[in-house]
Amino acid sequence: MSVLVFAESSEGKFKKVALEATSYGKKIAEQMGTNVVVLTINASDTSELQNYGAEKIIKVTNDKLQNFNAKAIASVIKQVANKENANVIVIDSSANGLFLAPLVAVNLDAGLASNVIEAPSNVNPFTVKRKAFSNKAFQFTEIASENKVIGLAKNSFGLVENSVSSSEEDFTPTLSDDLFTTTSTSVEKASGKVTIADADIVVSAGRGLKGPENWGMVEELAEILGAATACSKPVSDMDWRSHDEHVGQTGKQVASNLYIAIGISGAIQHLAGINASKVKVVINTDAEAPFFKAADYGIVGDAFEVVPKLIEELKKFKAQN
Amino acid sequence: MKILVCISHVPDTTSKINFTDGDTKFDTNGVQFVINPYDEYSLTRAMWFKEKQGATVTVVNVGEASTEPTLRKCLAIGADDAIRVNTVATDGFYVAKQLAEVVKNGNYDIVLAGKESIDYNGQMVPGLIAGILDYNFVNACVGIEVDGNSATISREIDGGKEILSANLPLVIAGQKGIVEESDLRIPNMRGIMMARKKPLNVIEAVDFETKTNASSFEKPAAKSACKMINADNVAELVSLLHNEAKVI
Repeated sequence: MSVLVFAESSEGKFKKVALEATSYGKKIAEQMGTNVVVLTINASDTSELQNYGAEKIIKVTNDKLQNFNAKAIASVIKQVANKENANVIVIDSSANGLFLAPLVAVNLDAGLASNVIEAPSNVNPFTVKRKAFSNKAFQFTEIASENKVIGLAKNSFGLVENSVSSSEEDFTPTLSDDLFTTTSTSVEKASGKVTIADADIVVSAGRGLKGPENWGMVEELAEILGAATACSKPVSDMDWRSHDEHVGQTGKQVASNLYIAIGISGAIQHLAGINASKVKVVINTDAEAPFFKAADYGIVGDAFEVVPKLIEELKKFKAQN
Repeated sequence: MKILVCISHVPDTTSKINFTDGDTKFDTNGVQFVINPYDEYSLTRAMWFKEKQGATVTVVNVGEASTEPTLRKCLAIGADDAIRVNTVATDGFYVAKQLAEVVKNGNYDIVLAGKESIDYNGQMVPGLIAGILDYNFVNACVGIEVDGNSATISREIDGGKEILSANLPLVIAGQKGIVEESDLRIPNMRGIMMARKKPLNVIEAVDFETKTNASSFEKPAAKSACKMINADNVAELVSLLHNEAKVI
């Protein structure tokens, strides 16, 4: 018996979600009195995983897996799970992780619990706490099947440093051609920009900014904070900002450490997309804006006065720290 | 082209979320149910295929009789017929198994679903259907074109987009982008009248052992009040974010 974590890497580097999944796998392994095995694909340097408790690292290196291919990776995970006798599989909630998890569950005939936010409250019966109803409630789910797949919610369990000496092993999976029937033809990625998915801080603005020409200060604020920029639905509907920036119920989901909302009233559909963020700051002229009820810190004031001041103060702060 | 669109019957976003029976059941009292918004995007794309390329569109839901108004609404939007698998939707795998049976028996070329439902947010059913049937699958789809037996699909990735190609049959988990918000349709009176006459077939569920079960629910702890900071004292916000919240 063991716990298997799939640690996703991009251009050879592990994302924060992969380290979080590793931390989480180590925790479950401790609870179950077993070991954690971490699977990596085409990652050259795996030393970072040792800091988060990866006792055993399985390295797969294969040119066919250079592009993300969910079906093929799900097959690799199954092969490694069988070899390592793993019955709990941990997968992160990146775009690729969400794509993979159900395919892995079918491969292993496993119960799947997604959006898991904490270590299991019990390992027998295996019970996990999950987000539900767009973060308006939590659900405790028991997984009864022998094999279990856990989809770990982003920025939920956190990184837990746990330095171990890892053993490393190369593994050559069997990859038949029928795994590659969906093929990637191209990838478009904005370079040099902090993405909403990976950002620790997100700066978001709404209709209160009055027009797309006023986004300069939002971008400046984001740059000082190393943050991603986002916007409310009306702003993307009016094409003031690209649709990629729309966060909310039908847009992107944000689970950052800090979410700063400028000139956004806080409609329930918007809150559904951002309330997994840890700390929320709201700047709005309307003291009655519903967003203040969901916020941790609020400033009632005109964004055109408050944001430039905030930029100045942050510059001073950054100079001192 | 035969298209099946999987429809979840979900509480409207503005619903109050409460639980009954010692926090083990969702309280449907006074809750307005709607077509799951993500499924609605996919249904709208299916209607586009029907009108521009010629397709039949079937909608399916796994649920009890109370979900039928939602299926009728899909028929009013323009779907040709509906299927309801008569059972309680327990967990994602169970629902996916029921839907996979419908897909197998109906020989559909494209199965469209929303990438998640706004009630349990599982984001698993489309992938599970594809896995069970060994069909091609693309998650978080923001665009699909079909030419004969092959499809070009774009999917959202973290920080961008990926373009993929795959042959039919195909399972797609759609989201905003597969159509735009402005493409969504409100059923008109003629559609509503016609929907009453369209077939809504009720079929029984196949046996399948549930792998997970929801043991209980919990509401988030009450939030402490928002700390208000004077607009003339922005420095205090910076200090609070650093010293108290520890996020900068």
